[in-house]
Amino acid sequence: MTKRGKNVLFVSMLLTLTIALGGCAGDKEAKDSNVVEQSQTADTGESAQSADAETEADADSHITIGIPQDLDSLVPSLSQGAGTQEILFNIYEGLIKPDSDGNLIPAVASDYTMSEDGLTYTFTLRDGIKFHTGNDVTVADIKYSIDTCAGLNGGEPVISAFSNIQSVETPDESTVVITLQEPSSSFLAILATVEAAIVPADAEDLQTNPVGTGPYRFVSRSLQENVILERFDEYWGEPANIKNITLKVLADSDSIVMNLEGGAVDMVARVTATQAAELGDDFEVLEGTMNLVQAVYLNNAAAPFDNELVRQALCYAVDKQEILDFVSDGKGTPVGSSMFPAFGKYYIEELSDLYATDIEKAKELLEEAGYPDGFSFTMKVPSNYQQHIDTAQVVAEQLKQIGVTAEIELIEWETWLSDVYQGRDFEATVVGLDASTLTAGAMLSRFQTDAHNNFINYGNEDYDTAYANELAAEAASDDEKATEYYKECETILAETAANVYIQDMCELVAIRKGYAGYEFYPLYIQDFSKLYITQ
Amino acid sequence: MKLLGKKYPHNFIIGAVITGIMLLLIIVGFFYTPYDITKMDSASKLAPPSLNHLMGCDNFGRDIFSRVLKGMGNTFVIALLTVLIGAVTGTVVGALTGYFGGWPDEILMRINDVLFAFPSILLALVFVSIFGTGKYNVVAALGIAFIPSFARIVRGEFIKYREMDYVKSARLEGVGTLRIIFVHILPNTFTVLMSSLMIGFNNAVLAEAGMSYLGIGVQPPDASLGSMLSESQTYLLSAPWYAIFPGLMIILLVLGFSLLADASA
Repeated sequence: MTKRGKNVLFVSMLLTLTIALGGCAGDKEAKDSNVVEQSQTADTGESAQSADAETEADADSHITIGIPQDLDSLVPSLSQGAGTQEILFNIYEGLIKPDSDGNLIPAVASDYTMSEDGLTYTFTLRDGIKFHTGNDVTVADIKYSIDTCAGLNGGEPVISAFSNIQSVETPDESTVVITLQEPSSSFLAILATVEAAIVPADAEDLQTNPVGTGPYRFVSRSLQENVILERFDEYWGEPANIKNITLKVLADSDSIVMNLEGGAVDMVARVTATQAAELGDDFEVLEGTMNLVQAVYLNNAAAPFDNELVRQALCYAVDKQEILDFVSDGKGTPVGSSMFPAFGKYYIEELSDLYATDIEKAKELLEEAGYPDGFSFTMKVPSNYQQHIDTAQVVAEQLKQIGVTAEIELIEWETWLSDVYQGRDFEATVVGLDASTLTAGAMLSRFQTDAHNNFINYGNEDYDTAYANELAAEAASDDEKATEYYKECETILAETAANVYIQDMCELVAIRKGYAGYEFYPLYIQDFSKLYITQ
Repeated sequence: MKLLGKKYPHNFIIGAVITGIMLLLIIVGFFYTPYDITKMDSASKLAPPSLNHLMGCDNFGRDIFSRVLKGMGNTFVIALLTVLIGAVTGTVVGALTGYFGGWPDEILMRINDVLFAFPSILLALVFVSIFGTGKYNVVAALGIAFIPSFARIVRGEFIKYREMDYVKSARLEGVGTLRIIFVHILPNTFTVLMSSLMIGFNNAVLAEAGMSYLGIGVQPPDASLGSMLSESQTYLLSAPWYAIFPGLMIILLVLGFSLLADASA
C-alpha cells in the first residue's frame, strides 16, 4: 500500500473511531471514578471496623503526582521509556532491586549466593511474599519471569544481556538456581531492573491488569489521563506511607506550574529551574541530579551527520555552559560523552572540555567537510519535556553562528518512541538517555554497530573492538581491565563526536508542603513508598 | 461604504481604526523588528516592559514586542490563507451544488454535513496528527475544516437565485451556464460572503492561536500569538506581561474584524 493510501485509510479509521469513541467518553470516565470510589468505600469500611482514627486518616491519605507522559506499557519486560520504568518500579520488583544508594538489596529473593566461578547464582525465595492478587509467589513464577526475559520460553530474549542465561532451575519450593554461559559482573545489576521483574506465571493480561509484588498495586488507568495506584497492604517490606496515589499525565509541559499552583497536582519530579522559580511558598523544591545524558543525538547514518567533521563542528559551536545558564540558571553538570558523574570510576570528567567552544574552528571544520555555507536540519524534540525544548532553542540559536540552521519540530512522546527511537527516522533529536543499571554497559552497549537500540546508527569498528574487549575482561572478572575498556569506549564516542553531548541535568523536584520523603536514586527512579504526609 | 458608515457609524469607525493599526503593525513586522526575534540575552531574562523592550522580555531574554510583531504576521498569514482556501473551495462547491441540485448536490452536502458536525479544531487536529505539525500543514488543515461553512452559505444563496426571473431569462437567451453562475449570480452573494469572510477570518485567528497553543502550529523558535500565550503560562504570576501582550493582540485583531463584519452585515 502506498503511503498516501495508508494515510487515507488511517484518516477514515480515525474518523470512524472518533465517532464511535466520542459517544463512550463520558461513560468511561464515570466508570473509572466509580472504581476508585468503590475501593475507597471498601477501605473506610474496614477501618471503621477497627475503629481507629489514625487508620481512617491514613485511608484518606492521597497524593497526586504529575508525570510527563502516559506509560508506554504496563508489562515490565516490554516497557521502554525511562519515564515508564521509574513508575513501574513501584508496582513490580525483581529478585533483587536497587536502593537509594545504588546498592542491590534483596527483594523477591531474601538471599542469594554466587558460585566461585561466577556462573551459578542461587536465590532463596522470600518467605510468605505475595503478589497483589494475594497469591503466594512461587519458584515457578520466578522461573517463568526470568525465562521470558531470557527468551527461554521461546521467542527472542527480551533483555539482550539475558541471552547469557543457560538455564533456570528450581530444585525445591524455595530455591532458584540461575546458570550463566559466561561470568558477567553486570548480571546482578540487570537482574535488578524493572524489566526483569517477577510476574505471576498465570497472569492473563498484565497490560490491562498488572500484578507485581511492589509496595503499590495497580487500580485503574485512563489512557493519556491518569494511572491510579493503591498501597499494597501485604507488602513484604516496610509498607508505603501514603495510601492512594494518582499519577496525572501532564503531556503539556507549559501547564506544569498551573497544575501545581492550582492544586491539581502535588508533586512533579522534574521541573525546570524557571518553573521552580515560579512556584510560591506552598512548595518545596529539592535538588538532585537526573542521572542521564542530555545531548543533541545525531543520526550518524543521515547526511551530513555521517561526516565526523560536521559532527565535531557542531560540538565546537555549542556552548554547554550557556545552555545551562539559559535553561536551568546554571544548574547541571556538563558532560562530554555518554556517561554521567554518578558512575564514579567510569566517568571521565575531562571529556566535557574536549570541545571548548570555538566558532572559528567550527567554521573551518565545516568548510573542510564541504559545507562552507552551512546547512539546515531538523531536530525532533518531544513536546512534553520543557527542558529539552528549551535546550533545543538555545542550541538552534548557537548553531546560527556557524551558518547552520536547526529547525525544531515538536512531536508527541509516543511519536518520538515510534519514529525516532524505533524507526530511526530523524536527523537529530534532543533527549536524555538514562542508565537502567549502574553498570557502565547500560550507557555504552547501545553504541555498538549492530546493537538493537543503537538508534543513532553509530558505527565505529574501534568502538566495537573496545566494547568486545570489555566484555571479555568482564567475563574474566578483571574489573580493572573492564573499567579501562569502558573508558576507551567513552573516549571514542567523545572524539568521534557521536553526538553533541550537553549535560547531566539537575533534577528539581517540586513537592507541596505537607508532603515529604522524596528520595533521590542514582538511577532514573521515583520511589513513591518513601513519601509521607507531614501534618 | 458611505451607506454602511451611516448605518453603524461607531462600530465601523472603531473597527476600521483598530484593524488599520493592526495591519500596519503586521506590515511593519514583516520588514522590521526592533530586535532579532530569536536573539537570546541572558541579562534580560523575563525583564519587565521598559523603553528598551516595550513589552518586556521572555524567559530567554528575547524581546516580546519583536516577537509579537512577527507572531501577529504569522497568525495573520495563516488565518488569511485558511479563509482563502475555505472560501474559494467552499464557494465553488456551494455554487455548483446550489445551481445544479440533484444527486451530486445530495452527496456533496451530506459529506459537508459530516464535516460540519466535527468542530473544526478537532478536524484540524486529526489532519495534523497524520501529516505532521508546522505552519503550512495547519493552513491546509484549517482551510479544509473551513470549507463546509462557506459551501453551505453560498449554496443557500444559489438556490434562492437560480429560480429568479433574470436568471431564467438569461438562460432562455442562451447564456452559458458557467457565465450565469459566476457572472450573474455570484456577485449577488457578495454581501453575505463578505461578512462570513470576516467572521471566518476571526475564527481562523482563534483556531490558529488554539493550534499553536497546543504546540502543533508554528514551531519554536518562530513565534505566533498562540504559541507565545502557551509559552507564557509558566510565567503568568512573575512575568504577566509575557501573556498579556500576545493575548491583547489576539483580542484586538478579532475585535477589529468583528466590528467591521458587524458594520457590513
